[in-house]
Amino acid sequence: MLRLPDPSRRHRRREQALMFLLAAPALAVILALVVLPVGWLMGQSFTDGGLTLAHYRRIFGEDIYWRSFAQTFRIAGIVTVLALVLGYPVAYAASQLRRPWNVLILALVVLPFWTSVLVRAYAWLVLLQRTGVVNQALDRLGLVDEPLALIHNELGTIIATVHILLPFMIIPLTATMQNIPTDLLRAGASLGGSPLHLFLRIFLPLSVPGILAGSTLVFVLTLGFYITPELLGGGKVTMVSMLVSRNVELYNQWGAASAVGVVLLVGVLAIFAIVARAIPLDRILGQQ
Amino acid sequence: MMRLARIALGVSVALVLAYLMLPLLIIAPISFSGARFLSFPPPSFSLRWYQEFFGNPAWMQATRVSLSVGLSTVVLATPLGVAAAYAIANARNRLMRAVHVALMLPLLVPIIILAIGVFFVYAKLGLVATLPGLVLANVMLGLPYVVISVVAGLQTFDRTQEMVARSLGMNRLRSFMAVTLPQIKASVVAGAIFAFISAMDETIIALFVSGGQYQTLTKRMFTALRDEIDPTIAAISSLLTAASFVLVLLAMRGRQRAAASSD
Repeated sequence: MLRLPDPSRRHRRREQALMFLLAAPALAVILALVVLPVGWLMGQSFTDGGLTLAHYRRIFGEDIYWRSFAQTFRIAGIVTVLALVLGYPVAYAASQLRRPWNVLILALVVLPFWTSVLVRAYAWLVLLQRTGVVNQALDRLGLVDEPLALIHNELGTIIATVHILLPFMIIPLTATMQNIPTDLLRAGASLGGSPLHLFLRIFLPLSVPGILAGSTLVFVLTLGFYITPELLGGGKVTMVSMLVSRNVELYNQWGAASAVGVVLLVGVLAIFAIVARAIPLDRILGQQ
Repeated sequence: MMRLARIALGVSVALVLAYLMLPLLIIAPISFSGARFLSFPPPSFSLRWYQEFFGNPAWMQATRVSLSVGLSTVVLATPLGVAAAYAIANARNRLMRAVHVALMLPLLVPIIILAIGVFFVYAKLGLVATLPGLVLANVMLGLPYVVISVVAGLQTFDRTQEMVARSLGMNRLRSFMAVTLPQIKASVVAGAIFAFISAMDETIIALFVSGGQYQTLTKRMFTALRDEIDPTIAAISSLLTAASFVLVLLAMRGRQRAAASSD
């Protein structure tokens, strides 16, 4: 007996219900552990016995909060620019070279990506401390008179953060560059364009979607960083995440923690929403 | 001029790659150091930090916790993620697009917000410092990896094959198991591996919701790094790094084989 799927409307509705049921268990986990608690945090941020804006007023009024937000956005900006400057040539080489070179470059980019963040924080502590490898090398080369302060400050945080996020820049950039048709560049060259001219007028503009996707990811991920500044910042760096954690762990101040968290979340989701108008969301995230 | 530009490009690429690899290369030699204090190169070599790790019941217990959390996460997140990915790939309507975005939320929401949110829910349910609590949180974090990987796998799969199997009398589940699953196997395995690595690597939620007997390896490492650094961490780090390299290679080989067989 040959039974072909029935294309009727009732069938279609049944099909849709079935698909929803299949997704339901996964959705339930997300609802219970993401949507519900975030909703509750939002509620908490507006209450303190009764309805209040006091938590938010504090964020914008009190120095610690204000400074932490400013420092977080400044670090995110610096990290994004550095990741772009360091990542662009690597992505360019990975997109233009042939096998095995392109595979080798991407393998070297992906290996650290899948190494624990804690492991890398430890490695940077060893490398950058006063008696660390980097300072010893600089000293031996006679470049410095006394060891540089490379960790327990903003510099150490930035060095380690760029290291963690560089792959998030290089991978989408490479994917975009690989799709730039070489015909265009050849056509430009045959019309007498210099290599620099061709790069600036053709290649660079066509790589903008990759720049945008990579920069968004790096910027947004830096905004939520916690482990790296905690271990390498030496108390001189207070990122927003650390503010949230301290309010909960040390002071049991759920209202204040929630308000800070909500501001951070709204900022992050707003950036994603704006960029998603230019590039589909799953393409930004799918590169991971 | 062209040659100069090429040399400059080559040198900058080499420097950036060196920056990326340097921290990974430094860990293994330190883990074999004979000295207590961090110095590089190590003054002498020994296995004492590995003995310290394998001989310490607290580190061993944390390792067992992390491994069982990682494995349980894979066992739960993989079927849930595959079912959801199948639904997303099949029903292309508004509701499912919303479901798709919802399943990406753990990657979009800053982890600290997820951490205090989960902590709050668990405090109400009595799941703080329990194994099920840790597993559930990591299932939530691992779902997006499985969904991304399997949705991508299903996009390259020709769905009429499953239709044919059903028209020949197989029910839906059997046709999926017999026809579809074998062909998207590589993407499922890759998703599962990423979910496992993500669970083994997770630190921030564990800082809030793991404790007592059920402390994860990452939580113990984090606390150790904050207080006093000793080369035991280097030994653990080397083991973890070696393990994740092997897993990533497996995942990549699976993907490549899938790409080759879909040609």
